[in-house]
Amino acid sequence: MVGELEFEKPIIELKKKIHELKEFTKTADVDLSAEIEKLETRLKNLEKEIYDHLSPWNRVQIARHPNRPTTLDYIELLFENFFECHGDRYFGDDEAIVGGVAKFHGIPVTVIGQQRGKDTKDNIRRNFGMPHPEGYRKALRLMKQANKFNRPIITFIDTKGAYPGKAAEERGQSEAIARNLFEMAGFSVPIICIVIGEGGSGGALALGVGNHIYMLENSTYSVISPEGAAALLWKDAGLAKKAAETMKITAQDLKELGVIDDIIPEVKGGAHRDVQLQAKHIEQALKRSLKELTNMSGEELIRHRYEKFNSIGAVIDEQVTNTQ
Amino acid sequence: MIKNIFSKKKKYASIPSGHAKYDVPEGIMTKCPKCKKIMYSKEIEKNLKVCNNCGYHFQMGARERIASLLDHGSFLEYDSDMRSENPLNFEGYLEKLEKDKEKTKLNEAVVTGEGTIGGFPVVIAVMDASFRMGSMGSVVGEKITRAIEKAKKKNIPFIIFTASGGARMQEGVLSLMQMAKTSAALKLFSDEGGLIISVMTHPTTGGVSASFASLGDYNFAEPGALIGFAGRRIIEQTIREELPEDFQTAEFLLKHGQLDSVLHRHQLRDTLINLLDIHQAKGDVDW
Repeated sequence: MVGELEFEKPIIELKKKIHELKEFTKTADVDLSAEIEKLETRLKNLEKEIYDHLSPWNRVQIARHPNRPTTLDYIELLFENFFECHGDRYFGDDEAIVGGVAKFHGIPVTVIGQQRGKDTKDNIRRNFGMPHPEGYRKALRLMKQANKFNRPIITFIDTKGAYPGKAAEERGQSEAIARNLFEMAGFSVPIICIVIGEGGSGGALALGVGNHIYMLENSTYSVISPEGAAALLWKDAGLAKKAAETMKITAQDLKELGVIDDIIPEVKGGAHRDVQLQAKHIEQALKRSLKELTNMSGEELIRHRYEKFNSIGAVIDEQVTNTQ
Repeated sequence: MIKNIFSKKKKYASIPSGHAKYDVPEGIMTKCPKCKKIMYSKEIEKNLKVCNNCGYHFQMGARERIASLLDHGSFLEYDSDMRSENPLNFEGYLEKLEKDKEKTKLNEAVVTGEGTIGGFPVVIAVMDASFRMGSMGSVVGEKITRAIEKAKKKNIPFIIFTASGGARMQEGVLSLMQMAKTSAALKLFSDEGGLIISVMTHPTTGGVSASFASLGDYNFAEPGALIGFAGRRIIEQTIREELPEDFQTAEFLLKHGQLDSVLHRHQLRDTLINLLDIHQAKGDVDW
C-alpha cells in the first residue's frame, strides 16, 4: 500500500499475510480457510487496537498525510456549479487560498479554504498551503460579497500556518489576519468552519471565526505547529512529538476545551482512505449546521458568534468570586 | 558566350493587371494580427470573432455583443437617440461625431438596455470602441447611469461590457465627472444588494477602468485585453522604467489580483448564466 504510516505497519503486514494465504489456497490443494478466518479476526482487533488509540502524534501524521484530501477535493464532491474567483483586488492572487461561489443542495453558498498542493510542483504554486496577506484579503473580499448577497459562508481550514516570510510582513500579514477576525465577527450570514487537516496559528484562524466550528477526527488545530512549539519552548524542533502530546491539539482535545462544536468522524485509518465517504460525513455536518443557522436572523447570528468566542478562555476572576 | 548562361534577363515581360487587384473584394478575408493567418471573415464571425487558429479575440461591436449574449429577440434598448452636445465648443467635435455615427451606425459609444440571458432578466450596457475610441463623455456617462438606475428600480442584475480609451477629451472636465456619476449610481445600487458584473474587453483604459469597469462584484476580462489606467507610453516616458511584455494585459491583471477570472469569449455566456443562476437561487434546507 502507498503512503502507509509507521504505526500502521503491523496492520499492513497482517493484511499482506492474509493476502498471501488467500493466493496460496487458490493454487495449492489445501484448505486454510479456518486459518485465514482467525487471522482476519486478529486483523479486526488489531485495527481497532491501533485506530482507537491513536496518539496525538499519530494524528498529526495522518493530518499531514500526502494523500490527505484537500479543500478542492471536498469542494468537487460537496458542491454544484462551483465557480472560482481570483484575486484580492489590491496586489495579487494567492493560490494558497481558493474560494468562490457554488450551490450546496440548491442553496447558494460561498466556499473558501486553504489549498495545499498535490505534488511538489503544485505545492510550490500553492506555497504549501501557507497564505500570504493577499490570500486573506481575497478571502475577506469573497466573504464580504457573501454577506452582501446573504449567502452562507463555508470555510475549509488546512494550513501549517501563515507564511513566515519577508514579503508577507512587508504587505501587512498581521493586519490582514486581524482584519479578517474583525470583519468576520460582523457578518450577518451563517459561517461554518471545518478543520480538514492542520489548523496552524493565525493563518488558520483567519478563516475560522464561525458560528459552527468542526474538526475532522484526525485533524489538528493549535496556536503553532508542534515543531514551532518545540523550538520556542525547548529550543529544539526535534521535540515536536513531545510538543504534540502536551499542546492539546487534537480534535478530541479541542472539543473538551470547548473551542469547537463537534468532531466529524473519519474513515478508518484517515480521510485519505476513502474521500467519497469522508465527503459524505462532512455533508451530514453541513446539512445539520445550515438547517440550524439559516433559521437565525442576521443579528442572532452575530450575537451567536460573539458569545461563542466571548466565552473561550480560562481565567480565575477573584472579583466575581467576591461579589457572589 | 559563357556569360549568357548567367544572364538573368527575362524572356517575357509581365504586364501588371489592374483586374487581379480586385479579385478579392474588401472585407472578405481577414488577417489575424497575432498569428498572421488569413481567414474568411465570415468564419471568424461565426466563431464569435475569435481566431480559430490562435484564439486571438478580435474587437466586437456593441450590437454584435448583445446578439451573441442575450436570448434571441429579448433586447429592449434604452435611450437610443441620446446625442452629445458640444459643451466646450471644441473645434471639429460635432463633425467627428457625425462621421463616427455614419461609420458605426451608432449614436454614441455605448448601447444600453434590458433583456434576458438564459432566461434571467438583466440590464446590460455595452461599450463600442469603434465610436470615438469608446471614449466616455456626457452621453456615455448618462446612459450608463440611467441603466444602473433602471436595474435598481427593477431589482435585476447589471452587466457592463467595457471598451474604452478613457474620458473624452473634447468634453473636458465634464467627462471626468462621469466617472464619479456612474460610480455613485453603482454604490446606491450595490447598497440595495444589486449584482454588478463587469467584463473588460480590449481596450479598457483611463477613466473607464478607474470607475465602473473595476466596480463589479465580479470583474472579468477577455484574454489579451489591454486594461490599465495610464498607458504604457506615458509610464515609460514619465518614469523611464522598462515595463514587462505582458504589462496591462488581462493575464497580467489576473496575476496581480484585479480580476476574478479571464474568460474566453466562448465561455462567457455559460459563465454569466451560472452566476446569474447562483444569485437568484433560493434553495431550501428541508433535507
